[in-house]
Amino acid sequence: MSDAVIQVENLVRKFKDLTAVRGVSFQVARGEVFGFLGPNGAGKSTTIKMLATLLKPTAGRALINGYDVVRQQDRVRRSIGLVFQDPSLDERLTARENLFFHAMLYNVESRVFKRRMQEMVEMVELTDRLNDPVKYFSGGMKRRLEIARGFLHYPQVLFLDEPTVGLDPQTRSKIWEYIHALRQRENITIFMTTHYMEEAENCHRIAIIDHGEIVAMDTPANLKKLVGGDIITILTTRAGEMADRLAERFGLRAAGQGNILRVEVEQGEAFIPLLVREMGEDIKSVTLHKPSLDDVFLKLTGREIREESVSAVDRIRVFRRGRRR
Amino acid sequence: MRYLRGIYIIWLREVIRFFREKTRIVGMLGQPLLYLLIVGNGLAATFKVPDAPPGFSYVQFMYPGILGMAVLFTSIYSAISIVWDREFGFLKEVLVAPVPRWTVAVGKALGGSTVAVMQGTIFILLAPLIGVALSPLMVLKLMGVLLVMAFAITSLGITIASRMETMEGFQMIMNFLIMPLFFLSGAMFPLRGVAPWMETLMRLDPLTYGVDALRNIMYGDTPLRDFLVQFSLGLDLLVVAAMALLFVGTGALAFNRQD
Repeated sequence: MSDAVIQVENLVRKFKDLTAVRGVSFQVARGEVFGFLGPNGAGKSTTIKMLATLLKPTAGRALINGYDVVRQQDRVRRSIGLVFQDPSLDERLTARENLFFHAMLYNVESRVFKRRMQEMVEMVELTDRLNDPVKYFSGGMKRRLEIARGFLHYPQVLFLDEPTVGLDPQTRSKIWEYIHALRQRENITIFMTTHYMEEAENCHRIAIIDHGEIVAMDTPANLKKLVGGDIITILTTRAGEMADRLAERFGLRAAGQGNILRVEVEQGEAFIPLLVREMGEDIKSVTLHKPSLDDVFLKLTGREIREESVSAVDRIRVFRRGRRR
Repeated sequence: MRYLRGIYIIWLREVIRFFREKTRIVGMLGQPLLYLLIVGNGLAATFKVPDAPPGFSYVQFMYPGILGMAVLFTSIYSAISIVWDREFGFLKEVLVAPVPRWTVAVGKALGGSTVAVMQGTIFILLAPLIGVALSPLMVLKLMGVLLVMAFAITSLGITIASRMETMEGFQMIMNFLIMPLFFLSGAMFPLRGVAPWMETLMRLDPLTYGVDALRNIMYGDTPLRDFLVQFSLGLDLLVVAAMALLFVGTGALAFNRQD
């Protein structure tokens, strides 16, 4: 057996006449951070639910930590931790009680639990809120508590389903700090889904999923190469002459109009100093555009990731969280 | 062991949550009192129960029925909270945990029935106020019957709630299941003297036997027995126990089902 802690082969899930996941296959190595990136409705959550034994696959096979998600559910459940898209805390209980119930459910010894709980709440900076009912927590605090809870029972794989959806940008980056710090400490494997492009950068590898299928899978850097190299835009006084010199000196084909030239290079930041040294006197300004995952997504699916509809869903979520009970 | 652990955790959560909800405690005690004092006294003043023996008061008849009602409503309310848990996620936390799912159903049923019996017991302690004399042994027997009734009803509620997606369905369940079960249980009016079709329905309502068991225990040794009690205590207990077994089975099955 390989050292893959998640092995998925041709996983399919149908709901009546809708096929949410159409035969996805991938492997995730131990200690890796692996991300599913795609718009809402692409099949990300359905995949997580199948891997976490909450939904039965219609076809295909998945092993977590070597255990089959259909036939060895109990073993799979022991191997994983989950942070769901929507909070799954009991709001009437205190933070401590929520963690305590989790430890009981996962059969964490009470001595181990006490030490572990202190460590985890310290990591997410909730130590002084342990005895407060969760209903008085902000969205970000709830998330942090859930992340602490997800790590509590030493899982092999932690599933994070849109871990920062509905949170403001500062809270989001803070959450990622916690996740990375915990991951490094515990050498845990993380499987996450997101529709935030910038969050996908947190992954070692990304699978871009659209309409239930994986359309690309690679490191963020390699995925960006799919859309070509860095784009350098030069504002110059002598466009024609400079285009010739770029071709002659660097073998680059410059495109452009008027006094603007565009060239594509692999390492933009390394190329600019060379460019300036060679022909600095003719350059008025230089702009570097590094390809983003947005560009990759656009190129692969022909669409922008559907941010507007997504943020509408976020808004409903935030609204629902606010008026809960 | 690990089965017991699952059951215990779910039960404990249910009980802790109950004590956190002050309004729920007040409401649970207030509603049956309201029924007993207002409806009971109001009906007693208007109706004359046919062939009532001397010394009979309508409130004495209604008291066990209201006790049954209190347990019925509390149990159903507990079970319905599953829908909240589903909507607000805590259920998922439990469903992905390495405990068998049926233990969640059983723990939930036990938690709901514990809460219902606590309420019922407080209500039993009010008996002297309305002229019903109870010995400590009778109180224990009553608590025992209430526990089995509550367990059966909570399990029934869990079976239904496990299929319900939203709270909107709850009103339907109340109107078309819980209220008929209550009205047909003989809690408010006796079986005898109603139209035959209605008597058949009342005999089919398992709750009838629960309420009758309570009357059996309360009035079995009094001259009122023949007038107030319908069946033998043995039959009553048999039906209630069978109902508990059946519904805990369906509840556990409903929970074990995986999409």
